Amino acid sequence: MSEKMVESVVARTISRIIIPFIQLYGIYVITHGESSPGGGFQGGVILGTSIILFGIVFSLNTTKKWISKKILILFMSLGLLIYSGIGAIDMLFGGKYLEYGKLPLPLHSPEMSALSILMVEIGIGLCVMSTITLLFIFLAGEKSGTRMDSWEI
Amino acid sequence: MLRSLAIISLLIMGGVFIYVIEDMPPIGNPENPPHVHVVPRYIEKAEEETGVPNIVTAILANYRGYDTLGETTVIFTAGVSVMILFQRWNK
Amino acid sequence: MRRVELEWIVGRYNYLIFIALALIGFYAMIAKKNLIKKIIGMNIFQTAIFLFYISMADIEGRKAPILVPGVEEYVNPLPHVLILTAIVVCVSTTAVALSLIVKIYQKFGSIEEDEIMEMMK
Repeated sequence: MSEKMVESVVARTISRIIIPFIQLYGIYVITHGESSPGGGFQGGVILGTSIILFGIVFSLNTTKKWISKKILILFMSLGLLIYSGIGAIDMLFGGKYLEYGKLPLPLHSPEMSALSILMVEIGIGLCVMSTITLLFIFLAGEKSGTRMDSWEI
Repeated sequence: MLRSLAIISLLIMGGVFIYVIEDMPPIGNPENPPHVHVVPRYIEKAEEETGVPNIVTAILANYRGYDTLGETTVIFTAGVSVMILFQRWNK
Repeated sequence: MRRVELEWIVGRYNYLIFIALALIGFYAMIAKKNLIKKIIGMNIFQTAIFLFYISMADIEGRKAPILVPGVEEYVNPLPHVLILTAIVVCVSTTAVALSLIVKIYQKFGSIEEDEIMEMMK
C-alpha cells in the first residue's frame, strides 16, 4: 500500500490527544491490581491497544519507527523472565519455588507477599503488552495478494 | 451430505445437554457444590496470608501462582509461533 | 416428559442460553466451508463455555469479591480466576489459527475448504 492513504484529520487529532491517557490508564490498572479489579492481563491488553490504535491511524512504518520489533521481543522475554526469576530467587533463599516470604527484605509476611504480587503483575503486563502488539504488527505487515509458488517459509 | 450429518450430530448433542440439565442446581443458591468446598477458606484467610484486598488477584498470583506461570508461557508461545510463521529469511 | 414449570425455567435459564450458543458455535465449526467462519465458530463455542462457568458463580444478594470494611458476604471468586486463564488461551489459539490461514492463502490462493482439497490432489 502506498503512503498516500492516511486517515482523516479528526481521527489523527483525537488519537494524538488520547493515546497518552490510554497508556496512563493501562499502567493504573496494572499497579492497582491489588485493591480494585484489574491485574496483569487486563492492564497489558489496554497498553497493547494504545499501540495498535497508533498503528491503525498512522501507518505501520511510523509505528515501527516509534517502537521497533526488537524492543518488543525484548520486553516479551523480560516479562516471563521476571516471573520465573522471582520463583527462582525464592528457591535461592531457602523456600520452595514461588514461596513468597523468603526474600531477605525486613518486612513481615503479608507485606512481602503483596510486594511479590506487584512485581509478578508487572512482569505479566509487560509480556502480554508485547505479545498483543507483535501479533498485530506481524499480521498486518503482510502484503496483500502475494502468492508464493514454493515452500519458502 | 456433510450438512445433514452435522444437523444429526447437533440434535444428538442438544438432546444429551437437555437431558443433563435436570441434574444441575438452580443458580443463586449458596448451598450449591461450587461454593462449599474450598472457597470459604480462601475468603477468610486471604487478607492475613496475602495482604491483598482483591481476592481474585490473591488466588491468581499467590494460591494458584503456578498456573499463572503456565499461562504466561502459553501467551509467550503464541507470540513466538506467529513470529516463526512470518519470518522471512533473506537469502 | 415432566411438566416444565416457570420456576424451573427461571432457575436454569443460563444453561439454556449456554446450550443455544454452544450448538450455534459447533454447527459453524463443522458445517461451513470457509476457513475463517470455522474459526469464528470456535470462538463462539469458547464464549459459551465462559458464560457457563461465570453464571454458575453467582450467589444471590452478595457483593463483588473485593474485601471492603463493612461487607461480610462475597460472591464465589474461583470461577473468575479459571476463566481469566481460559480467555488468554482462547486469544492465543485464535491468533495462531488466523496466521495459519494467512499462510494457507499465500500458498493456495483461496480459503474455501473444498477448493483447497481439490488443489491438493
